[in-house]
Amino acid sequence: MKNFSYARPTSIHQTIELAATSDAMILAGGTELLNWTRIGIVEPSKLVDITRVAGLEGIEQLPNGMVRIGALTKLNDVALHPLIRKSYPVLSTSILKAASAQIRNLATIGGNPLQRVRCPYFRADEPTPCNKRIPRSGCAALHGLNEKHAIFGWTEDCVAVQPSDPAAALTALDAVLVTQSKQGERRIPATTFHTLPSEDPTAHSVLQHGELISSIELGEAVPKSAYLKIRERESYEYATVSAAVALEMDGPVIRRARIALGSVAMRPWRLVETERRLAGLHSDSPEIISAVKAGFADARPLLMNRYKIRLAQNTTVRAIEMAVQA
Amino acid sequence: MRVKFRVNGDPVAVDIEPRLHLADCLREVLHLTGTKKGCNRGECGTCTIHLDGRRVNGCLVLAITADGKKIETIEGLANGDQLHPMQMAFIDHDAFQCGYCTPGQIMSAVACVAEGHTGSNAEIREWMSGNICRCSAYPQIVAAVNAVAKRNA
Repeated sequence: MKNFSYARPTSIHQTIELAATSDAMILAGGTELLNWTRIGIVEPSKLVDITRVAGLEGIEQLPNGMVRIGALTKLNDVALHPLIRKSYPVLSTSILKAASAQIRNLATIGGNPLQRVRCPYFRADEPTPCNKRIPRSGCAALHGLNEKHAIFGWTEDCVAVQPSDPAAALTALDAVLVTQSKQGERRIPATTFHTLPSEDPTAHSVLQHGELISSIELGEAVPKSAYLKIRERESYEYATVSAAVALEMDGPVIRRARIALGSVAMRPWRLVETERRLAGLHSDSPEIISAVKAGFADARPLLMNRYKIRLAQNTTVRAIEMAVQA
Repeated sequence: MRVKFRVNGDPVAVDIEPRLHLADCLREVLHLTGTKKGCNRGECGTCTIHLDGRRVNGCLVLAITADGKKIETIEGLANGDQLHPMQMAFIDHDAFQCGYCTPGQIMSAVACVAEGHTGSNAEIREWMSGNICRCSAYPQIVAAVNAVAKRNA
């Protein structure tokens, strides 16, 4: 691994000055960045350690009922916070189903959505065609091992999926990521934070070089929400598919539904047509299944992952039931 | 760069490169080889240590970022010749075979009990899932954690 210099700013102002240098990278929990440097995915010349920057950690309820989570708040601390457990169970569960107890003590809520794809070709030790690793080198997964890859929004340039569990929950909650840079503050909706390959196959998110995520804001409480993660083993594994569901109910009737699927596309995939059809349905209506299926009209399987369409549909139906009962 | 922290209660100062990981710093610089390295990418948990009282993977932390912090390793658990209750429980329940993952299992288990994630065997399994045991001593590990948690209750 190439060596790098190290800086430890104590303020946001210092951070965005230091992070603006070319080849500088921001270090928070480190659970992803250190592995990227090991594999050779990135070769920063300088790491800017933000873990001692004041004011970036903690959870607070704002006067308007919204909740602000400091970007440096550790995943375990977000998931186990009484306010998050009670008001946003979809977020709490999505975090507790992610990684391990040890990693969640290091990893931060601001860093987690910045994890990169788990595609084995992207993470290969040997050079392999991958447009995210080496722009314009192609996509080995398109005709390769793609059983875990995308069923929505892929192009021939990239068929990988964004693996973050919390990102799916944040997308269902219409959270906002607040960032700071030399250009000032930016408010980025979680729904458009991650980049689809049709927009840029080499990118993971719209975050710019030198831009710091400072906090994540949640809207009003959604106690009727749930997260269901399906994977090959019970714990400590990435999702094959997952579903984040946030419901607003009038008694037994669904007034509004928001659904984001994880690990099916390069961004958490909102089932817009399903959400539209669910509004007004009774929570035990048989029409829920057809509403879910309608959200998959534009799903396209790859050679090895046709099973994911059915799996994602069933996962969504079950997650809706869980949210109703939450 | 000069970095100072406390390891198992003792103040330590080391001159290290920024790229040195904490697990390597403990093993190669401080010669505390009880902390093991397995996958070296946060997948196996055998390098689990406590950083400011919380369990973390030593391979996912740069030593330089531990400046000013408290580190506990498997070497710090026993009180002289008196083993820590979790170490005793691992022996009593036959909770290891080859032993390579054991230091990480025990450091994780001590934290798991302190956190209170021991309400059931299922909860213990979930909160111990970051420690892989390729000899598959999982039932005995869960029994050891359960025994210590019950004794503390």
